Amino acid sequence: MVATENSKKPVIVLDDVHVTYQVFGTGKKANRVKGKLRSRTRMREVHAVKGVSLVIHEGETLGIVGSNGSGKSSLMRAIAGLFPATQGSVYALGKPMMLGVGAALLPNLSGDKNILLGGLAMGYSKKEITRASESIIDFSGLREFIDLPMRTYSQGMSARLRFSIAATKKHDILIIDEALAVGDRQFRLKAESRIRQMRQEAGTVLLVSHNMKSIQDTCNRVIWLEKGVLLMDGNPKEVCDAYIAAMEKGDTD
Amino acid sequence: MNLADYATANGLTQVGVRPKFGEYIKQVWQRRDFAFIMSLYASESANARSRLGGWWLVLVPSLQAFTYGLIFGLILGSLRPANFIPFLITGVFLFSFFSGSFSAGAKAITSNSGLLKTLSFPRILLPLSAVIREFINFIPQLAILALVMLVFGQEISWDWLYLIPITFLMFLFSTGLAMISARLTVRIQDLNKLVPFITRVMFYSSGIFFEVERIFADYPELLAIATLNPVNAFISLARGALVNDLQMSPVLWVVATAWSVGTFLFGVFYFWRAEARYGRD
Repeated sequence: MVATENSKKPVIVLDDVHVTYQVFGTGKKANRVKGKLRSRTRMREVHAVKGVSLVIHEGETLGIVGSNGSGKSSLMRAIAGLFPATQGSVYALGKPMMLGVGAALLPNLSGDKNILLGGLAMGYSKKEITRASESIIDFSGLREFIDLPMRTYSQGMSARLRFSIAATKKHDILIIDEALAVGDRQFRLKAESRIRQMRQEAGTVLLVSHNMKSIQDTCNRVIWLEKGVLLMDGNPKEVCDAYIAAMEKGDTD
Repeated sequence: MNLADYATANGLTQVGVRPKFGEYIKQVWQRRDFAFIMSLYASESANARSRLGGWWLVLVPSLQAFTYGLIFGLILGSLRPANFIPFLITGVFLFSFFSGSFSAGAKAITSNSGLLKTLSFPRILLPLSAVIREFINFIPQLAILALVMLVFGQEISWDWLYLIPITFLMFLFSTGLAMISARLTVRIQDLNKLVPFITRVMFYSSGIFFEVERIFADYPELLAIATLNPVNAFISLARGALVNDLQMSPVLWVVATAWSVGTFLFGVFYFWRAEARYGRD
C-alpha cells in the first residue's frame, strides 16, 4: 500500500502502472515447436513495467535509478503521456514535460526552426516563442550552429537544444531521462542549477540517471526500479548506496 | 482512500488518455500555427537540396501530364476527349493533389518519431500539416493550369471562380483521406506498400484521361459507380469550370460536397479515436 497520508500536495500518482510492448522478435530457437512451419519473426510481448504504485509530491526532485532495461524510460514515457500505461493509471497535475535522449525533433530543419516548432507544439503562441527564442539559444550555447539542420548535431548538442527549449517554459513537472548524460560538464552544471531553481519554484523534477553523484546532488528522494518492479524508495544516499552495492556484486535479483 | 480517489481529490487528472473530442479540437485550434509553419518548412526543406528547387512542384505534374498525354493520346485515338490537353492536364494536376495528400498522410505519423517521442501534442496536427503542405504545393499548379487553358484557346470566364469552392471541397476531402491513411498505416505498416497501388487504381478508374460518360456508355452500372466516384466528381467539376464548352452537372456538386464533408468528419473522428496509441513502436 502506498502512503497517501502526507501533508504535502501530491502532483503525480501512479496507480498500479503496467507498460507492455508488442515487438517483433526473432523466434527463440528453444521455443520453436517441432514440425510446425512458422515464420521466424513473431510478436513478443515485453512487460517493461510491472505494477508500480507511487505518490510524488510537489517540490520533490525524484531520482530514478536502475540497471539498463529496468523499465525506467518506459515508466517516464507513461508519466509524460507519450506511451500510455497498458494497465493501471497515471494521474498528474497539468501536463508533464519529458526530455529524453535520442533523435532530433525535426532532423531536416535548423535549430532555430526546431525551437519555433517545438515551442508551438508545446502550446506557446508564436509571439511568446519568438520572444523566448533568444534566451533559448543563449542557454543552449549553440548560437553558431543554430542555422544548421538538426541532423548535423551531435547527441550532446541535440540534448542541449531540447533541454533549453523545455526549460524555458515553467513546467509543474519536468522529466529528464538521461538527457543530461550526453552533455558536456559545463552544460550539465548549468542544467543542474536550472533544475534546482525549478525545485525552488515548487516544480517537481524526475531525473533518470546513471550518474550517482548527479542524482545525490540534485534529488531529495530516490527510487530504484529493477525488472519493472519498484525495489526501493527512500532518501538518496541510502538508495544509491544499496544500488551501487548490488551493481558491484553483479546481482540484481 | 484508494489512489484514484486520492488523485482526483487533489485535482490531478489522468495522463495518457484520449481527450474528449471537443477538447481535442480546441487543442488543435490553439496549435494551428504549428501545422501551418511545419508545412511551410517541410516544403522548403524538401526542395532545398535540388538545383531547381521549388520549380519541381510544377515540373513533376507537367512532365506527368506530358507523358500521359503522349501515351494515351495515341492509344485512345478517336476516343480522345475533345480539348484533350486541357482535359488531361486538369485531371492529372488535381489528381496529384489527392494522391499527394493520401501518401503524405500515410507517412505523417510513421516518419515523425523524433517529435512523437519527445513532445505530447494533438497528433492530428501531423497529417493536417502534411495536407496543408500538399495544398501549398498545389497552388502554383493551379496557376500553370490557368496558363495552359489560355494557351489552348480557352477564354477567361467568371466560371473560373468556381475553382474556389471546388478547391475548398478538395481540401476537406484530402484532409479526411490523410487522417484515414495516417491511422491505418500506424496500425498496419504493410499498408505503406499498398499506397501506390491504391493510387494507381484510383488514377485509372477516375476518368483522368478519358470521358467516363463515353467509355462506360454501354455499362450503366459502371457509369453509376463512376458518377459516385469522388475523384471523378471533383475533376469533372473543375473541367466544367475551366473548359468553355463543358458544363458542371448539379449531381456532381451534390456528390462532391457529400464526399468532402463526409470524408472530412469521418477522418478526423477516426484519427482521434486512436489518439493515445500513436507513437508506440
